[in-house]
Amino acid sequence: MKLKFTIPSMDFSAAGKASTEAKRFLSRLGLDPGLVKRIAIAMYEGEMNIAIHGGGGGAELEISPEKIELLFKDNGPGIADLELAMTEGYSTASEEVRSMGFGAGMGMPNMKRNADSMDVDSKPGAGTRVVLVFNLAKAEPS
Amino acid sequence: MKVEDIVRILDAKVFAGEEQLGLELNSACGADLMSDVMAFVKDRVVLLTGLMNPQALRTADLLDIKVIVFVRGKKPTADLIEMAKEMGMTMMTSKYSMFLACGRLYEAGLRGGGVREID
Repeated sequence: MKLKFTIPSMDFSAAGKASTEAKRFLSRLGLDPGLVKRIAIAMYEGEMNIAIHGGGGGAELEISPEKIELLFKDNGPGIADLELAMTEGYSTASEEVRSMGFGAGMGMPNMKRNADSMDVDSKPGAGTRVVLVFNLAKAEPS
Repeated sequence: MKVEDIVRILDAKVFAGEEQLGLELNSACGADLMSDVMAFVKDRVVLLTGLMNPQALRTADLLDIKVIVFVRGKKPTADLIEMAKEMGMTMMTSKYSMFLACGRLYEAGLRGGGVREID
């Protein structure tokens, strides 16, 4: 099962809607609320990054029996220094964006903290692709 | 601490979610940057913020935060009140600053909050 979302650039009235929709969907599937919250946080951070830094893009949520995979792709300038971007508190957000409540420099660290694995592929000028994996608890063999 | 206690302690005006005044909370988060809320949040939380926009509500909704307090006397717009009602969230405004609002709740016994180690 795959859900696809389009994330517009710098549209703060729309930003966060994809994550809210995904969270409702996952809750209805009956997944563990703690896991749903982790996915919702990671997705919201990814969504805001794409809206603020990525020039818009998309997200895909793929649900299988073993795991939930969340893929983000944007059309942005790419991440020049990934290590710096993963540092808590580091942000390149503008004053305008900060006044909206973003730019705490916790976005990518929050994504990593909430996922079981995170893979970032980014080059300056070539956009950014992030894959997050959330493992589903295995059922005990009967 | 119950939501109705928070209303009293913060001398707050409630704009949405009066039906949840009996809800029991055990921690608070005071922040204006939403990723900080996401990094620190616990369960049964009241969010105190000076950020008055749809993102503050969306962040709270994603984190299952049911109570939001706007500090420094900021009154929510009709759109935000409507959004809070749709989300089943209690929304209020306190005349106190962030510092005083957090201090009053802490002093009254609301002590839970996120703590992070410094590397």
